[in-house]
Amino acid sequence: MGLEDKVPEGVLLTTVEAVAGWMRQASFWPATFGLACCAIEMMAFGTPRFDAGRWGQEVFRASPRQADLMIISGRVSQKMAPVMRTVYDQMPNPKWVMAMGVCASSGGMFNNYAIVQGGDHIVPVDIYVPGCPPRPDMLIDGMFKLRKIVAADPMGAHRAKLLEEAEQAALIAPSTLEMKGLMR
Amino acid sequence: MTEKKIADAAAQVPPAVPQAPNPVPAAPSAENPDPALPEQADGQPQRDAQPVPTRGGMWTDGVPDVSGYGRLTTEVAQPAGQPIPEGSWMVAAAERLNTLVPGSISKAVWDRGELTWFVPRERLTDVVKALRDDAQLRFEFCASVSGVHYPSDAGAELHVVYHLQSFTHNRRLRIETTCPDADAHVPSVVATFPAADWHEREAWDMFGIIFDGHPALTRILMPDDWVGHPQRKDYPLGGIPIEYKGAVVPPPDERRNYR
Amino acid sequence: MTASTQDLYAGPGESPADRVYTAMGGDWDDIAREQAERADETLVINMGPQHPSTHGVLRLILECDGETVRSIRPGIGFLHTGIEKNMEYRTWAQGSTFVTRMDYVAPIFNEVAYCLAVERLLGIEDKIPQRATEIRVLMMELNRIASHLVCIGTGGMEIGALTVMTIGFREREVILDFFEAVTGLRMNHAYVRPGGVQNDLPENGLAQLAEVIKWLEGHLGEYADFCNENPIFKRRMMGVGIQDLTACMALGVTGPVLRSTGYGWDLRKTQPYCGYETYDFDVPVWDSSDSYGRFRVRLQEMWESLKIVKQVAERLEASAGQPVMYTDPKIGSPADLAVGPDGQGNSNEHVKHIMGQSMEALIHHFKVVTEGFRVPAGQAYVPIESPKGEIACHVVSDGGTRPYRAHMRDPGFNHLQSVPIQCEGGMISDVVVAVGSLDPVMGGVDR
Repeated sequence: MGLEDKVPEGVLLTTVEAVAGWMRQASFWPATFGLACCAIEMMAFGTPRFDAGRWGQEVFRASPRQADLMIISGRVSQKMAPVMRTVYDQMPNPKWVMAMGVCASSGGMFNNYAIVQGGDHIVPVDIYVPGCPPRPDMLIDGMFKLRKIVAADPMGAHRAKLLEEAEQAALIAPSTLEMKGLMR
Repeated sequence: MTEKKIADAAAQVPPAVPQAPNPVPAAPSAENPDPALPEQADGQPQRDAQPVPTRGGMWTDGVPDVSGYGRLTTEVAQPAGQPIPEGSWMVAAAERLNTLVPGSISKAVWDRGELTWFVPRERLTDVVKALRDDAQLRFEFCASVSGVHYPSDAGAELHVVYHLQSFTHNRRLRIETTCPDADAHVPSVVATFPAADWHEREAWDMFGIIFDGHPALTRILMPDDWVGHPQRKDYPLGGIPIEYKGAVVPPPDERRNYR
Repeated sequence: MTASTQDLYAGPGESPADRVYTAMGGDWDDIAREQAERADETLVINMGPQHPSTHGVLRLILECDGETVRSIRPGIGFLHTGIEKNMEYRTWAQGSTFVTRMDYVAPIFNEVAYCLAVERLLGIEDKIPQRATEIRVLMMELNRIASHLVCIGTGGMEIGALTVMTIGFREREVILDFFEAVTGLRMNHAYVRPGGVQNDLPENGLAQLAEVIKWLEGHLGEYADFCNENPIFKRRMMGVGIQDLTACMALGVTGPVLRSTGYGWDLRKTQPYCGYETYDFDVPVWDSSDSYGRFRVRLQEMWESLKIVKQVAERLEASAGQPVMYTDPKIGSPADLAVGPDGQGNSNEHVKHIMGQSMEALIHHFKVVTEGFRVPAGQAYVPIESPKGEIACHVVSDGGTRPYRAHMRDPGFNHLQSVPIQCEGGMISDVVVAVGSLDPVMGGVDR
């Protein structure tokens, strides 16, 4: 019925976005950005029991120039924040950021002078994984959700349109103070 | 000639300090701002005059209190401890130190099995050197140097606490020095205990205590250009209020807390 | 400022500049000034705070002449969390939760040091239930094995022996499963509270412990087989990071680093706590004062810890059913935690008791949880032997429900001071080995 029927056998039709997305999500290379306790769970994520190697993610690149995923694993202190931004800037596009643990997501239990209340004050975060520390299972779950996001990432004109729409939506979105209702 | 020199030297020796484990300070000092406290006749240690903020009511200050407990004031003092047992190493060690460095221990507290000697800051370098080098004392190991801020202890707001250990004799000792906020200088013990290097930097960083003679007194935990000394009691905790779904939860230091 | 003759910023068609300066951070001015005054070609290199060696956020400022390190300065503070100040605004029991996140590789030790200090202030040191003390010893020794496994694993990984890391973490997972069964969490348990431990072992806890012991007995030997006589291991680690006894004592270094100099100082033997004097174990020492010696000491310590774990397992069987928390209702943690229908909370029996049977129990539960118990004024300093060295907590109380000051004396803080003495004059690659053998955990160093 569609175009596929008229095409000779052995030809697969897809979109550039789908192929690129599929390749990008297939094998992230995380940058070693272990900060605190979550880093130990991130290391456990790379070891045989939870085996990040199943998805090609056991190669933690020391150099941010070769990495495409920054897992902020741990609390970001005031002294570390500029370093984190520098490392993020050194990563080439496309890059994603995962905030692992509550300290990276929102400052966690440390609501004080020394900790930045969330990695998203410094770098744009794509997915937040709660937990203190999150089990490696939860990290895997977060990775899988990130992979879905990445696989569906638009490119080119589509991306420009998406960014434009996101900005418009953010401008009219209500602030969290205005959102009333149950806390859960 | 020699006799005269000896005589002069003898005249310059300060009057002997009583060698009891709880020596009586001669004059009001930073450690004892209230000398009016009577010394007990039986030689028991003076009631400790290092006050801690008077506690009024059950809640933290500045919070409206309808419970009725607001009028309740409690004066809490750091414990004076128990009398130091006669014949124990603590008595002998205090005597030895007083022989080597006269006037070194202004107060000794033995509380909960831990010995604390309060040392005036002028004597500190001599004291730690004697503690480390003398064979009977031999406190070779400085475990930790930490600061404590007692804003209510007028004239001695900043305390520096040294925890020493003797490997040779398997003993522990705490030395406590004080300095006022207005003149927050304490001699550094890095020359004797190199281990204290970073600990003193941390005390400077967190409390603003300046250690004279420290090789490189810079910030260690906070960023280099940070202003303020975070662990002082007059420095706020610095949290932000949590806002979610219309509710605002204030940061921990601004909530209504039990004390 | 870095001073480099290699111009990395020159484009393809440009001629390289003679000298390129890159300024970052406030402490570099001194280095640069010295550099400018000297005419030789040493290079100032920054290692970290983000670097592949997994010791956390440690910054090492190296001044190198080729591969040789002329001077090295550790820069810390990148993980400073203000835990000590934060504890002043939380109750004494909540302090356990904060303190456990300092040395996050061996969290139980932080908790025990803190709780022993608080118990000393409370005056209930000798009234802690026997079973609680035994459980504390069990958790501590298992955590010691887990921490040494992390040290050996990451140390091995840093010198390229990746298998040591994978098997190390495999053993660690077995221990962490046991921790999860007992405390509910794999890490950062907040399990040891002032007065005892939060809850007893689960029903099949001892059976699971027996399996853990069996697994470890079967597998701990692999590390020795892999590494002890491995020529690459020995060449990388022997003679590296030497720090003799005098230096250790002067710099406040304890733990395996001190025991690798031949001096068998272990607080579990010399200043026993938690009943350690009743257990039968040895203190391994080595005499080479280098990284290899520390590695051997840690390996042997794991076996000794396993010995203690077996002895505790027997005692726990005998003391089944006894309380694990100090029974004074005004101090002991009142909660009887169990997995409820919503996945958390107090057990049904406890809720029935406080809601239906005892008004006093309800009041005590409420007051202890919201207000917290009051600790008489005073100060205490209790040191214990953590896998890294002497860890201690100096707590000051003003008679209230919150600590007036809580300061942890972390071993890593002292150990990192000895990085210059170990590394200057050696090669850059030896820096990695030396720092790994010191086993610093930046959460404890920076607090």
